[in-house]
Amino acid sequence: MNPVHLDENLSRFTELGIYASMLFYAAAFVVLSMNLARASSEKSKVRATAGKLEGVGVWLIIIAVIFQGIGVVGRGVAVQRVPWANMYEFTITSTFVAVAIYAVAQFIRKDIRFIGILISGFVTLALGLATTLWYVQVKTLMPALQSYWLLIHVTVAILATAFFNIAAALSIAYLFKTAKWVQEPSKKLGKNKLFKTFKRILSLFPGEEKLEQTSYRFNIIGFILWSFTLIAGAIWAERAWHRYWGWDTKEVWTFIIWTIYAGYLHANATRGWHGKRSAWLVVVGFAAILFNFTIVNLFFKGLHVYSGLK
Amino acid sequence: MGWLRWIWRQVTSMRTALILLLMLAAAAIPGSIYPQRTADPNGVSTYFQQNPTSAPIMDKFQLFDVYSSAWFSAIYILLFVSLIGCVLPRIAVHAKALMTPPAATPTNLGRMAAFAEAEVGPKKLATTLDRAQALLKKQGYRVLRDDSSVAAERGYWRETGNLIFHVALVGLLIAVGFGGAYSYSGQRVLVEGDTFVNNLAGYDSFSPGIAFNESMLPAFSATLKRFDVKYDISNRTNTGTPLSFKAYVDIRERGSLKVQHKTVQVNAPAEVPNAKVYLTGNGYAPVITVRDGKGNVAYSGPVVYLPQDPNMTSLGVIKVPDAKPQQFGILSFFYPTAGKLKTGAYTSVFPANANPLVTMNIYEGNLGLDAGIPSNAFSLAVHGLNQLTGGKTGVKSIELRLGQSAVLPKGLGSVSFDSLRRYASLDIDYNPGQGWVLLFALLALGGLIMSLVIPRRRVWVKIKDGGFEVAALARGDDPMLERVVADVTKQLQAKAQKAKVKKVKKDDK
Repeated sequence: MNPVHLDENLSRFTELGIYASMLFYAAAFVVLSMNLARASSEKSKVRATAGKLEGVGVWLIIIAVIFQGIGVVGRGVAVQRVPWANMYEFTITSTFVAVAIYAVAQFIRKDIRFIGILISGFVTLALGLATTLWYVQVKTLMPALQSYWLLIHVTVAILATAFFNIAAALSIAYLFKTAKWVQEPSKKLGKNKLFKTFKRILSLFPGEEKLEQTSYRFNIIGFILWSFTLIAGAIWAERAWHRYWGWDTKEVWTFIIWTIYAGYLHANATRGWHGKRSAWLVVVGFAAILFNFTIVNLFFKGLHVYSGLK
Repeated sequence: MGWLRWIWRQVTSMRTALILLLMLAAAAIPGSIYPQRTADPNGVSTYFQQNPTSAPIMDKFQLFDVYSSAWFSAIYILLFVSLIGCVLPRIAVHAKALMTPPAATPTNLGRMAAFAEAEVGPKKLATTLDRAQALLKKQGYRVLRDDSSVAAERGYWRETGNLIFHVALVGLLIAVGFGGAYSYSGQRVLVEGDTFVNNLAGYDSFSPGIAFNESMLPAFSATLKRFDVKYDISNRTNTGTPLSFKAYVDIRERGSLKVQHKTVQVNAPAEVPNAKVYLTGNGYAPVITVRDGKGNVAYSGPVVYLPQDPNMTSLGVIKVPDAKPQQFGILSFFYPTAGKLKTGAYTSVFPANANPLVTMNIYEGNLGLDAGIPSNAFSLAVHGLNQLTGGKTGVKSIELRLGQSAVLPKGLGSVSFDSLRRYASLDIDYNPGQGWVLLFALLALGGLIMSLVIPRRRVWVKIKDGGFEVAALARGDDPMLERVVADVTKQLQAKAQKAKVKKVKKDDK
């Protein structure tokens, strides 16, 4: 590889785009929370004003994702390569893709709009971690990453994660909606004002069946993409690490995640495993993805150590 | 017989498959927490040293060989038995379904997942079934027609894909097994100028599959002519980051006089017949000469130093068992670009060799090599040895710049740092199964996509007095079901109306 000109100043400057996007995501989170509070109000007059706020929240997310896009592209220009070679870059890029998918999907299917509150909250948090703890100065690719598989393997992994992310949000909503303590609350809890509000919030979400079905559709796309990630990773490993599979920690966790979601697909075809149980598998699967990305990256020993952090 | 059948039914049920999958996921976790012999053998020996009581017990439970352990194998073998038991009958059922027409129209269509009714004029009602048959056939349905209805089914490829996916997984497992049995992976550290001959004695470490024999090793030799590393010096934030590693290797096949000049890089292995040569590591090999107390050369040659940090501060060990009058060992650091910390200790400040320095601590005593017990060449068991320089001895460590030599204390002899070479860690690998593994993996992926994306549905059109009914039922998730019913209904109506318009025109004439 020939020496390239890395531009730390540009990276820092366009990181402002990430900061700006965090501001808008946080604002969207607040507005969407207010919207939920209003929509779940006991007073019909207040309820009537809620719809507008949802629109405002969604537009704030769209503005945020544009700013984030500037940050992502700016980082790419600053490092003269794809912006996903370390944890900071992977986080800003993958959350950007997840939000972009949401932003497009909510135009097509208005009934997934409501997860904007989960998405904006999650992304604010993720970007907060990325900018404070995971930022690394502009670096070239280490020789092990100098391959076109970086483009293929990681892009698809990012997409898979984004789809799993949205599906997890839907399944979490489903689990709240169908929880026993929500459906049949104790007398004391049933009279609690906060609980009543919470229940009204839940009633605003799409129906159980719709949530389950939509989550399933996002998950099957995620699963296909994840399978591809695994195969592409193995092809790359054969070139870079001299074997296609060696139970490296990252390979182990990619396998674990694949197996959990394979279990989820079987659960959907098994009597008694529909609904809540399979929704829990979605939550477990996504938890494994987050674990794989954070704990495995930072604390486990292995070949796949590309956090860029010391 | 009855209970055998019951057990078989349990094993091949979807629920069992699901539970085995979740067990497999859980069973894979320990292998990422504890070091594994295949992926990290040094980690295992370190673990044994640090946990002398618990490690042997954990070893009994195969926690350092999770993926070849009895319990992990038991789970996946059961899973595959369950898979085969589930898929074989499904293949038979599906083959039969492919050869038989769709099931006849049920009586009550109103109970189906998607349903619509429409009214049409009595004259057009007669043609509705004809048109429905043509329409559904055009859309790729298999169609069965009777007096009052059309039954149609599509999406047979969904189940075909599902079966391909599962059968491909069996193929994948077999390919992994056979490939692994006939595979080998050997490691060799090669210093610039040295030659490696491909036989078992030529390797530093070697892991063969169970069906391996030495005749499988292709006869060739490899000489490391030069090892090049380019480090970034132009970007402040990136200083010292390696931009490329290149091992220039000359390969000679036996019986051939031709020398093939190959460049081995990370991500770009070199092909030799029946094997690939990979670059997996590199470092410095200072050439050191040790003379004993009598002035005889006790050791001379390049010493492989293992890198300890990104700036290539490296650790090397020299054992001199033949030194007279006393054996001794040397624990040594190499700094390619030596700089001094505030504490006075040395460190390397840049990974290229701009200011090379070797420091040495000398240990005299019995090195324990004479007992014939194999020992790690890269570590010196200092316990029981007498340290003569560095640390708490009060005697300064020996420091050698390139070309310098120094006298050892207590008349042990002398050392010199003659020149500096680089080394490359090469991996020679062969796995005849991997092409098959890839093929089956891609087949599985293709089958998976088909089984998840292609909708399998039945559609019925039935005529009744004054109109017709359309209904549909999906097997599995089908986001389009209602739209399909609406669409079919609309088209059958639209065509009816269009036909009506034509008829009116005819009447005008």
